[in-house]
Amino acid sequence: MQSKKEHEHLGREKLQRIIDTCKSVEDRSLDPFLVDIKGNINTVKEYFPEWKIPEDLCLDAETVHHLAYVTRLQSDWVKHRSTSLYTDPFLLEDKIRRMEKVDIVKNFVKIWRPTIELEQISLRSLTEALEYWDSLLPLKERWKESDLGKNETGTATREQLINEKILRDIAFSEELETFWRELKNTAEKLESGKIRYWNFIGAETYNETVQRAFMTSFLITYGYATLEIHPLEEEIFIVPSQKPAPRTDNRQQVSIPIAVSANDWQKWKKGELQ
Amino acid sequence: MSKRKAYYASKLRRATHLLFYKRHKKPGVKGWELHKALGPDYPKVLKLLDGYLKTLDLQVKTVFEEERPIEKPTTQQLDRARFLITLRGEITPKEAKMIGWRVDDLAGLAIAITYIISKKGKSPRKEVEDILRDKLPGWKIGLNVDRYIRYGYLTQDENEQLYLDWRTRAEVDQNALVDLILSHEKPS
Repeated sequence: MQSKKEHEHLGREKLQRIIDTCKSVEDRSLDPFLVDIKGNINTVKEYFPEWKIPEDLCLDAETVHHLAYVTRLQSDWVKHRSTSLYTDPFLLEDKIRRMEKVDIVKNFVKIWRPTIELEQISLRSLTEALEYWDSLLPLKERWKESDLGKNETGTATREQLINEKILRDIAFSEELETFWRELKNTAEKLESGKIRYWNFIGAETYNETVQRAFMTSFLITYGYATLEIHPLEEEIFIVPSQKPAPRTDNRQQVSIPIAVSANDWQKWKKGELQ
Repeated sequence: MSKRKAYYASKLRRATHLLFYKRHKKPGVKGWELHKALGPDYPKVLKLLDGYLKTLDLQVKTVFEEERPIEKPTTQQLDRARFLITLRGEITPKEAKMIGWRVDDLAGLAIAITYIISKKGKSPRKEVEDILRDKLPGWKIGLNVDRYIRYGYLTQDENEQLYLDWRTRAEVDQNALVDLILSHEKPS
């Protein structure tokens, strides 16, 4: 006897298969009648009572959406077949392949009515251009050099550059490693082994919070951590990697923009944002 | 000249300027622009102009936003449509050369359009390029398809699917093209 869990798992797989088939018909202009709409609707109906969590309900809705689209394609297909434009594509393709280039052109020019278009200056545009020219200020008036004053050159010490935030006092890679260790230690203390995004980046000042968000983005990009996003709950978690794992595979990486506004920071401080 | 005649004569001149000269990226004028420049009776002015152009073997062509031509369009449909001047009669392959089309390129265009029509107006770019490869040198295929897209004969979506674009709807009688290709007999 199949357990409830296995039954649900099978249902999810079946729905995903239906979506994939519909997508291949939509994307590759295949015959929409390849999809058995009635049979697939029965499958959707069969598993619908099982779905409780939002992800499964979304999968169900997505399946219905794709089946509806394929039904529309089937309708278009029937309409097209009933018009005079319908011709067996294989017959037409075969004709095109066997016809000489010159014959194709001879036939095409019989029905081709090229557009007439002139690109010439008219008296009206000439008048408009003259008016524009009259109202145009001379270059020396438009590009007046602003008096910026002269700055004297000098030398700056390393400490001054660090104070000005032009140079960093430790190497970036070292800073990243320290930050990763901090993330690991914090996450290890939690039962789930992951930490909410704002709980990690949030700091006493907004400037510091932005700095921590900036460093976190590098942790994720360089494989020191991964992001876990739960879109329906609007929750983002950071999961530290046990070892830095630089991404060397060819999988396409996805950029995830996360806004870190001053308003959000204030909400986090008040405990309204996690 | 009666007042009414003078009124339409001046409107005709204005319509000619608007339609012949390319003002935007695409040739032709939108209905709402004509409405603004010529007044609400612009369809009548265009009909008169079409009559004048007949003697010159030219015509005023209406391209509706909808894919198929509309027999009795509403004012809204006309305002959204594009109006162009096209040739009324046939041209010869020699004349086609004179307006900047090589026989190769024109054959490629005819094949691409016919193939897309046969596929219900939508076909993967790769399939169109494969069929063009039969008649055109490989290095030209991509360039030609890009050119057809640039001119507005074809359009391409993010999935590399090709569709017929506004210029094909304006310049090509799709039914007649399919009929001609299908009825073509190889001379014995």
